Amino acid sequence: MDEPTGRVAAAPPSADGTDRAVTELRRVRPALRVGPVSLVLRPVVFGIVVALAVAVFALFCLDIAVGDTHIPLGRVLDVLGGGGTRSQRFIIIESRLPRALTAVVVGAALGLSGALMQSILHNPLAGPDVLGITTGASVGAVAVLVGSGGATTGLVATVGAPIAALTGGLLTAVVIYLLAWGRGGGGERGVTGFRLVLIGIGVNAVLMSVISWLLTRASLTDAARAQLWLTGSLNGADMARVVPAVVALSVVTVVSLMSARTLAALRLGEDSTRVLGVRIQSQQALLIGASVVAASVATAAVGPVGFVALAAPQIARMALRTAGEPLIASALTGAALVAGADVLSRAFLPVDLPVGIVTAALGGPFLLYLLVRMNRKATLS
Amino acid sequence: MIHPGTVRRRRLTGLLLLVVLLTVAVVASIAIGTRSLAPTTVFDAVTHAFGCDGGPFRCPARSTAEEIVRELRLPRTALALFAGVALGVAGALIQGYTRNPLADAGLLGLNAGAGFLAALSIFLFGFTAPAQYIWFAFAGSAIAGVIVFGVSSIGGGKASPLSLILAGAAVTAFLQAMTNAIIVLDNAALDTYRFWVVGNVAGREAEVFWEVLPFLVVGVGMAMAAAPSLNLLSLGDDVARGLGVDVTRARAFGLIAVVLLSGGATAAIGPIAFLGLVVPHMARTITGPDNKWLIPYSGLFGGLLLLVADVAGRVIARPGELQVGVMLAAIGAPFFIALVRRKRLVAL
Repeated sequence: MDEPTGRVAAAPPSADGTDRAVTELRRVRPALRVGPVSLVLRPVVFGIVVALAVAVFALFCLDIAVGDTHIPLGRVLDVLGGGGTRSQRFIIIESRLPRALTAVVVGAALGLSGALMQSILHNPLAGPDVLGITTGASVGAVAVLVGSGGATTGLVATVGAPIAALTGGLLTAVVIYLLAWGRGGGGERGVTGFRLVLIGIGVNAVLMSVISWLLTRASLTDAARAQLWLTGSLNGADMARVVPAVVALSVVTVVSLMSARTLAALRLGEDSTRVLGVRIQSQQALLIGASVVAASVATAAVGPVGFVALAAPQIARMALRTAGEPLIASALTGAALVAGADVLSRAFLPVDLPVGIVTAALGGPFLLYLLVRMNRKATLS
Repeated sequence: MIHPGTVRRRRLTGLLLLVVLLTVAVVASIAIGTRSLAPTTVFDAVTHAFGCDGGPFRCPARSTAEEIVRELRLPRTALALFAGVALGVAGALIQGYTRNPLADAGLLGLNAGAGFLAALSIFLFGFTAPAQYIWFAFAGSAIAGVIVFGVSSIGGGKASPLSLILAGAAVTAFLQAMTNAIIVLDNAALDTYRFWVVGNVAGREAEVFWEVLPFLVVGVGMAMAAAPSLNLLSLGDDVARGLGVDVTRARAFGLIAVVLLSGGATAAIGPIAFLGLVVPHMARTITGPDNKWLIPYSGLFGGLLLLVADVAGRVIARPGELQVGVMLAAIGAPFFIALVRRKRLVAL
């Protein structure tokens, strides 16, 4: 991983006695503790996180403001605050808000999911996209969209597809995890990150071919509808679909924050983690589970939005200059990326491209940069 | 230590067996289908076809059975056989040059590159026939190949199995998204593309076969020519250099051969994953690491596997059929997973 800037090192045994060293550390890094949750307060990091949150809110308002008819930002803020006329409230609350809210929630879920997965697997390129989890979710949704025989509305399309996506994502994760289970390099039974990533890529290839096959079985209309879903589109976002995503995102956030300390320990490598007394396998499984749920819920809501889960944690890490992928900042960055991509697409692009395509187009070059950087580092060390 | 004579005998026996199996697979591929034909009818139709003036694909048919054989089954079988050979040889080359037991044209993004440019050309020029867009698919896999190998070799280090595969997965994901962007804008492009991308040897015209054939032949020739230097490269770059191999030039030569083979095959029948991964491992159990044997063996195994998968796809899903790309994913994935699960991934 990176140089350990900003991480609190274990108190060194000094001649003056350990107590004083600990007090010294406390003075430098005041910590906030609530039960098992412990956050070290770092003013710069805190400042950047607040700035990110402000940026997300700004993009959220902008996403409401742009569209077929642009609404002045002032009025958006006014309506969100409870003011505005009845018709203004209708347009903003009923038609624009769900879309913007979906963008933010989906982005946050993807960012968080990516941050968890990348921390656990010690690889900046590991993410639900690369591991095939979003593809598994896509198989579920496409199967429903193709199998329902052209139901564009109704229960099948609005409820069936998201549930199938969620099931598909979770099933894929379980399969990958079970397949990766085995004897590791040290003879210890368990899951190693390296094997998990490779098996994920293999499973992803199979799932892609299943999607291709499903698309040939469908009528052209159904195939087109499935294809649109596959690009990750915010069109048709509604409150009914955001609510489950919000609930899931909250649960996952709480779980992952409570495990933040474990995550920091896992980052030190599996042997050190074991020495520190963390039960690796169960913690790993829990956190991978949280990551998968977040990614699947996001995919279920709008379709696969590529590269956000991959890029958001890395951008957050670079901004905060932390050793590992920061959870809250990654979620905020993800939200900003998706909302920003939606604003970009609707306000500036000649065609209203699905948000997944915009994020992929921006994410591709970033990914290549990451790859090159990773290879350089591997060669130097 | 196995006696050299034993290895030699095993290689020759294996070769004989492979040729016999291939013949059986070819006959089965011509005979089995929605309408199954008796072997005698097949034999008769084929001999008559090859005795014709206009060549086997342009001969006037004397009966419906003959028409099926000529128009549908022969081109299909020839395409499957040659594409399989090409993909098998390409797989052996990729694994040899990258010294990576997990390398495969599909996993390394070459297929996605072909898919992207194919979709782009279908969208821009309204192509509907494979013969029109194969050139773009070709160029696409070449570009993707250069990007993946380039990115994973920046930094001058040996690309580890993980980093090369990740580079492939990354490029694939990006190109796939771009492809989606194109076909979501245009239903006609989607309609053509979705039948190409699944990986299919049915319904391709004989014209496609003749167009890609020269590339496949040149590619196989180059692969055979590269075998001795590839053997030296497998000793490590420094040793190879010491023995007088121009390492960079040898690598470039190899990459060109891979693109000709897998690009040509992908252009003709669509992206096929896992074949190039599985086949060299099968071949290696018989031939050992010597590329002079491994490469031709991989070719024959590739042709055999693609034919068998195609025939099996027709039998399993009767009266419809399961495309060969799907069949190979189903066969190849368990193999890939078993390979990954092996205790240590030994570099080749």
